[in-house]
Parts: sequence; C-alpha cells; structure tokens
Amino acid sequence: MALLKRRSATRDHPLYVVFRFVAIVVVVLGLIIPIVWMILASFKTSVDIYDPAKTIVFTPTIANYLTVFAEQNFFDYFLNSLIIGVGSTAFSLLLGVPAAYAIARFTMNRTANVVLMARVIPSISLIVPWYAIFAYTGLVGGYTAVILAHMFTSVPLIVWILMPYFQSVPVELEEAGQVDGLTPIGAFLRVTLPLSVPGIATASILSFIFSWNMFLFSLVLTGSRTRTLPVAIMNFIGYASIDWGGLMAATASITVPIMVISIFFQKYVVSGLTAGAQKG
Amino acid sequence: MARKQPPAAWRGFSRWANNHRNWVLTAPALIFVGALIIIPICYTIFLSFTSAKNNLDIDNMSFVGVGNYVSVLTDTERFWPAAGRTVLFTVVVVTVEMVLGMCIALLLRKPFIGQKFVRGIILLPLVATPVAVGMMWRLLFEPTIGFANQVLKWFGLPPRGWVSNPSEALPTLMFVDVWQWTPMVVLILLAGLASLPEEPEEAALVDGASTWQRFWYIRLPLLFPTVVAALVLRSVDAFKTFDILFSMKGAGGGSLHEVETINIYAYTENFFYTRYGQAAAILVVFFAMVLILLALQFLNRTKDA
Repeated sequence: MALLKRRSATRDHPLYVVFRFVAIVVVVLGLIIPIVWMILASFKTSVDIYDPAKTIVFTPTIANYLTVFAEQNFFDYFLNSLIIGVGSTAFSLLLGVPAAYAIARFTMNRTANVVLMARVIPSISLIVPWYAIFAYTGLVGGYTAVILAHMFTSVPLIVWILMPYFQSVPVELEEAGQVDGLTPIGAFLRVTLPLSVPGIATASILSFIFSWNMFLFSLVLTGSRTRTLPVAIMNFIGYASIDWGGLMAATASITVPIMVISIFFQKYVVSGLTAGAQKG
Repeated sequence: MARKQPPAAWRGFSRWANNHRNWVLTAPALIFVGALIIIPICYTIFLSFTSAKNNLDIDNMSFVGVGNYVSVLTDTERFWPAAGRTVLFTVVVVTVEMVLGMCIALLLRKPFIGQKFVRGIILLPLVATPVAVGMMWRLLFEPTIGFANQVLKWFGLPPRGWVSNPSEALPTLMFVDVWQWTPMVVLILLAGLASLPEEPEEAALVDGASTWQRFWYIRLPLLFPTVVAALVLRSVDAFKTFDILFSMKGAGGGSLHEVETINIYAYTENFFYTRYGQAAAILVVFFAMVLILLALQFLNRTKDA
C-alpha cells in the first residue's frame, strides 16, 4: 500500500492531474446541465422559454407549478404514487424477506433463478395478458392490480438485494438461539432479521424508487382515480402543442423528490443498485 | 414452564413448518411470481392462435391456427424492422455505456476533493423517472428552443431536427439512454474496482509494468466477472426499453415508425389497434427470442466453468 502511494505520488504528472480534473468536470457538467436546464424552464413563462436571451437570467414564476398542482390534480397523483409505492413495498417485503432468507440459508440456487426470471422477461409480454386477466376480474383502474404488478418487480429485487445480507449472518448465532429454546423459524425472526435491518432498509428504498418510476404497468392498469405521476405527465403532451413550462414543472415535481431521497440515502441506494453484480 | 403451552394443533403445525422451512418460506414468493408468469404466458399462447380483435369475449374469437404467426413472421414492413431496431438499439447503447462507463469509473476511482459530491451526481440520472427523463430531453432536443441546437450555434454549426427528424430520432434516443444508464455501469464497476485485491498490482508495479499494462493484464482480468455482470444487466434492460421511447415518440414510434422496437410495436398493436391475437403472436415470438438469448448466455457460462 505504502509502495503504491509513493509511486503514484511521483508518477502523477501535472498534465495528468489537469487532464483528470477537466475530464471529471466535463462528466459532472454533462450529467447536471440537462437537469438544471429542466428546472430553470419550469420557472419560466411560456414567452421566456422561447427567448434565447433569457436562458439563465429571467424573472422566475411559479405559474407552471400552479398549473400542475391546481389544474392538473398532481396532488392526487402524488398521493397515488405514494400509496402504490409504499403498499407494493410492504407486501413485497412480506413475500420477499422469508424467500431471500431460505434461498440464502439452504443455497436454493434453482429457486433463486426462478425468482430472477421475473427480472429478465420483457414487461410488455406480461402486461398485455395481465391487462386482459385483470379486465375480466374487474380490477383494472383500482389499486389492487397496480400494486400486484409493481410487486412483481419488487419481490425479485428484494430477494436479490437481501440474499447476500442473510448469507453474511453467521449460522452459529441462530444455533445459539435454538439452544436457548427458539424454533428454527423463531431464530430467523428474532436473531437474523434484527441483524439484517440495513439490508431491509436498502431493499425497501430501492423497491420504493422502482415503484415510483414505473411507467408501463401503471399506464395500462391505472384509471383516472388511481393514476400515478409517470402516467399523469403524459397529459401535457397535446396533439397540437406542448405546454413546455407546465411539462417541465411536472417533470421536476416527479424527479426532484426521488433525487433528494437518493442523495440522502446515497449509501443504501448505491449498495442496492450494485447488489449481486460483484459475484457475477 | 410458566408460559401456557400452545394448543396441540398449533404445535403440530409449527413442527411441520420448521421441518420444511426451506419451502414454507419460499412458497409465497415462488407461487406469486410463478403465477404472474405462467398464467399470462399460457393465456398469451392461447390468444395467439385466435382471431381475437377489438374485444376479448371468448364468443368473438375463432381458432385460426398458425395464421397470426405466419402474418407476423412474413411482415417485413413493421415486425422485422422493429426486431432489427431492438437489436441495434441494444447493441449500440450497451457498447457505448460499457466503454464510457469503464472510462468514467477509472477516472473516479482514486480519491480526489469532492469525490463524494461527484458520486452523488452520478446517481441522479439513474434514479430519475425514465418517462420524466424522456420529457426533459424532449425539451433539450426541441429544434427551436432546445439546448442542443443552442450548443451547435455556439460552434457555428447548422441546427438539427434531432427527435423530430426521422433519420436522427433513433440515434438521439440512444444518446438519451446512454445518458441515463452509463452511471449504472460506473457504479457497478466502481464497486468491483474497490473490492479488487492490491497485491497483484503491487507486484506488477515492482516488476516495472506500465499503467496501461497494469490495466490490461492485471486489473481488467480480475474485474472480468463484474464487467460481465454489468454487461448482462444492461443488455437485459436495454432489450426491454420502453419508457424513454414511448415518452419521446409515443405509440407507433413516430410517423414513419422510425423508433419502433418490438416493445413499442406490441404495445401499439394491442392497445391502439386492439388486434389481440396478432399482438399475442408478436409477444410469443419476442419471448422466444429472449429465451434463445438467455440460453446462449447460459451455454456460454457453463462452457467457461
């Protein structure tokens, strides 16, 4: 380690340092300029948006946000997204946590593969028959159908994220619990589960983000009463013209909350997104 | 024992559940996921042999044999171009994302001031709602008011049509996908790089290997499993891409179907034209393609092992 440090200290040519700095700045600007542009546009009047002289300096207005929330009922859609996100995450944990535990403890690789199949199948090839089946049973437009569809993505995600967490809890701890009179399932509930809280937090946050961002399932299965934010944003695309200010205010209303949550829980989000990828 | 004994029936169930706990604990998830896969697939296969159109009443369907499959597989106007676009889109975006992702991961690997801030920024495109990202880029690529043409103007270049120009739409959408998902590759590779052992690299340093040699002969082979994982994950997701395409070009993939992939084509057939039988045949063919890709991947893996 010391060797590496010494060598790299002598090797890092000033030109390389400058190049690296410039390259990092380019990457950051490339990622952030589109987002800033979108947020700026959401505070512009429809006249200012068309004026290149007012790209950065303009008089901000909240009129677009008023359109979004007062005229387009985004409060309702916000609430729907929240209900469906929290609901599907809670039910998915109920199914996914025990499954992840058993798969990890009993190395049920084939079972793991079946659950992960769900990740691979294109959503479109499932949503078409789901729509038909849910339409027969009269569930289209209610919360049940959307939550079930979102759970279909969340359960495998939760299993995938939690397997390594459960693998890392030593079996000896559970055996000690069993010596003290717990049943094997009791040992899982009272010993292993409390030790895996960080993993469950990671899985929950990821599951909520995936549900919040989900478009295709919600587009097909929600009705006017249960519409979620990603579906509601399509309202701004008219046949004749687009209300750019309103559209960008809606875009910001959907993306900014989830970005703030992710920055706040950065550690969990990163470990959840990269879970399992290291073992191949 | 001060505690009251639970009833005998419960004790019997508890013993049974504990003895079979591997299946008791996995059954709910397995049945849920299995039912939501198997029932729809059986139903789709059934529909694909019928003439179902406009509504799904059983009385209104008639058995048409392989008619839907013949018309899908001989359709050189919509189906095969859509299949080609799906493959082209996947290959191009995944290749660009892997190369760019590797460069950025290597750039960010060693500590620097503001590293935590930059890693936070990397996360933003990833967690943003894909539909909203599509809307955002719709504005940025708007020919008269968009940022893209403003940048071209600074460099004295003529403006372009971007998404609104049929011949530029697909590359533009590929760019948006690369913008959103390259950070995913970066995160996975950074995690992989952080877990690499240091000894082989130190040994190579002592032997006087150059930076490039150390990357190509030491770090890349060690990182290979992570690279494959990122590649598989991104390929699977790119193949399924729907949200960005739909939010930027709508059903049908534009007036000339210029960005219509199989995902968009199947959606349009089913929900716009309500040709359910035809759409089901498209889905079965698409599903078979995915399975073949998976089987190839699986064969490849077992051969390596």
